[in-house]
Amino acid sequence: MAIPRIRFDQITKSYGSLRVIDGLSLDIAKGEFISLLGPSGSGKTTLLMILAGFESATGGGVWLDGKRIDHLPPYRRDMGVVFQNYALFPHMTVADNIAFPLQMRGVRKAEIAERVKRALDMVQLGAMSERYPAQLSGGQQQRIALARALVFEPAVVLMDEPLGALDKQLREQMQLDIRKLHMRLGLTVVFVTHDQSEALTMSDRIAVFNKGIIEQIGTPREIYDHPATRFVAEFIGETNLIEGTVERVEADMATVRLAGGSEIRVQAGTAATTSAKVLVSVRPERIHLGPDAGERGNALRSTVVDSVYQGDHLRVQLDDGAHGFIVRSDRRTAEWPQGAAVVASFQPEDCWVIAS
Amino acid sequence: MSEVSFRQRVGALALVAPLALFIALFFVWPLVTVLKESVSDATVSHALPTMVDAAADWNRQSPPTAAMKAALVTDLRGIEDQQLFGDLVRRLNSAQAGFRTLLPKTRTAVDKSRETTAPEAVDLEEIDKRWSNPAYWQAIAGTLSPFTDQHLLAAVDLSRDGTGAIVALGADESANLTILLRTFWVSALVTLVCLAIGLPYAMLAAAMTGWRRQLLLGAVLLPLWTSLLVRTASWYILLQDNGLVNDALQSLGLTDAPLRLIFNRVGVVIAMAHILLPFMVLPIYSVLITIPKTLMPAAASLGAHPLLAFLRVLLPLSLRGVASGALLVFMAAIGYYITPALIGGAQDQMISSVIAFYATGSANWGMAAALGIVLLAATLLLYMVYGWLSSDKTARA
Ligand SMILES: Nc1ncnc2c1ncn2[C@@H]1O[C@H](COP(=O)(O)OP(=O)(O)O)[C@@H](O)[C@H]1O
Ligand SMILES: [Mg+2]
Repeated sequence: MAIPRIRFDQITKSYGSLRVIDGLSLDIAKGEFISLLGPSGSGKTTLLMILAGFESATGGGVWLDGKRIDHLPPYRRDMGVVFQNYALFPHMTVADNIAFPLQMRGVRKAEIAERVKRALDMVQLGAMSERYPAQLSGGQQQRIALARALVFEPAVVLMDEPLGALDKQLREQMQLDIRKLHMRLGLTVVFVTHDQSEALTMSDRIAVFNKGIIEQIGTPREIYDHPATRFVAEFIGETNLIEGTVERVEADMATVRLAGGSEIRVQAGTAATTSAKVLVSVRPERIHLGPDAGERGNALRSTVVDSVYQGDHLRVQLDDGAHGFIVRSDRRTAEWPQGAAVVASFQPEDCWVIAS
Repeated sequence: MSEVSFRQRVGALALVAPLALFIALFFVWPLVTVLKESVSDATVSHALPTMVDAAADWNRQSPPTAAMKAALVTDLRGIEDQQLFGDLVRRLNSAQAGFRTLLPKTRTAVDKSRETTAPEAVDLEEIDKRWSNPAYWQAIAGTLSPFTDQHLLAAVDLSRDGTGAIVALGADESANLTILLRTFWVSALVTLVCLAIGLPYAMLAAAMTGWRRQLLLGAVLLPLWTSLLVRTASWYILLQDNGLVNDALQSLGLTDAPLRLIFNRVGVVIAMAHILLPFMVLPIYSVLITIPKTLMPAAASLGAHPLLAFLRVLLPLSLRGVASGALLVFMAAIGYYITPALIGGAQDQMISSVIAFYATGSANWGMAAALGIVLLAATLLLYMVYGWLSSDKTARA
């Protein structure tokens, strides 16, 4: 494998007795869009600040293109940082804000003007160059901050929850815009977020953080379909976790006996070893409701506890006597009145086994 | 409809009335009084009432008219009040030296001939030769108006000569301008010292959190709770030849002999800067804490060396606080009296001590008021400059 653009090796960070990052290692390839996803307080910002040079790690090392950068001050690290509150300089015009990193690098005046113009066009705010940040909307400020972090063509772009302050619609627009820029310019991006759908939308890879360690790292598809731990399964999207014991393992399939006594067939992940206590994760949208199981391999006879209309789907709460389930049901199929008897069925391919 | 709105308006007026009254009573009225005091000059017109009419159309070039001479005699004979006569003599003498002897002599003479000679028949030049000198008559005519710019002019070392033209006073006659300039210079020095200490101090306080910040702020605020006199007196003790400061310097081996720190400019600047430091620190601090904490890291991530980041980002953003702090300190400093009086030497007295001298030492309220007006004008001018500076784009952003 080629030298990674960024390498974290056994990074540890403590504040007093509080260990915020705990022996974390991570390689990020050139041109990769990686999201650090995790709940608040899990150490994402801290890792980003260690990378940018604003915090120093208690232990471990950071490499950029094969060169160790731990000792470099922030202003010599060649990283474009987009802060959550944008951190635009309020006393400078938009153009001066964007020109700032170029001036710091001693770029010639004429070239600065040229590059500032290109950066503004890139974020479609060419007309705003003479305004002050306070005269722009939140979304526009965000774009300017992005343009400022990109204009000097840094080795890596770091973003710490950059879209957190925007409303939903604008946020989704910006997600797509940033993704497009990433692909067009071949940027290496480290993107911090606590919003799992944002991470799924934008990333090449997602690193799921929990209490200072990476619980799992992988593509959005891997993370969503094959969560490695209970934490990941619960943090990424909504899921049903059913307790059971592995009865048999045959090739890539296994049979799990559930607490209620019924047996279901599941994909055998690494966690599936005979008589191991496991959790079976089934996504709510993978469960089908009907009078019978049809062609689907697994069936659980259940009663409808509650059913809530959500616009694009029905959210149905079930109980099979031993477990509760959540099901996202197509709203065009039948209504499910409270107390109705129903068969919940799902494919073995949609069941994923996690060590309990 | 209009009934209601009228009552509402009266109600609203009633609400602001106490405030308006307060302002009028404690700010406007004293100012107007001081202003009036500085330009009023009613002594001569009051003591010589007929002279006012008689000299009304005199051109001040030709010899005095007979009517003026008669009026002077009439008025001198008419003065009963010794106090008023004393004031008159003093006032005229200040316009033209010689009146101190001339006027009592003339008054005695015309009083003696009160029964025998009519005012028109009195020959003033026979009583005293000086009455043939037009300068004396010009002096009288020049002081007849109940208003004068004499004090205001004198406050900046100017006066009017016999013909009414404005001329500069000689260096030996008045030192107000020198003292005013010294006042501004000392105030500027104090402001600079406060800035040099206050700006880094405020930045440190703003960068700290928790009890460290409270401690730093408390340390600047504490002196505000102590009387000005006490703080000045403690500097008096500290700065003496065998005071704490000199002892410390000597025991550290930094100096061999005591430094002269008191009764000179150095002591005045040290003591005033200490007393006024809170007025520099607090405005800067209040601006600094509104600056987002991420701006400096942002500048660093964009490639700015900390020094450059400071110069390009933090400093410009704190300028508003620096301007208000500097203005506050300077304006407070130009009015200082106690500290220069106790710690300064003769060459460090500021304009307030001159005002105090006129007000309490020589009861010349006109001069005291005029000097006060000059200070007020300087302050207002500064304030306008500040308003103009702070209304530019940086403040808006
Ligand atoms: N300067 C600091 N001093 C002490 N604790 C800190 C400091 N900065 C962060 N922490 C703690 O470190 C943990 C991780 O913080 P952070 O990296 O900001 O989390 P995240 O960005 O994932 O929300 C939190 O528990 C936070 O309280
Ligand atoms: Mg964070």
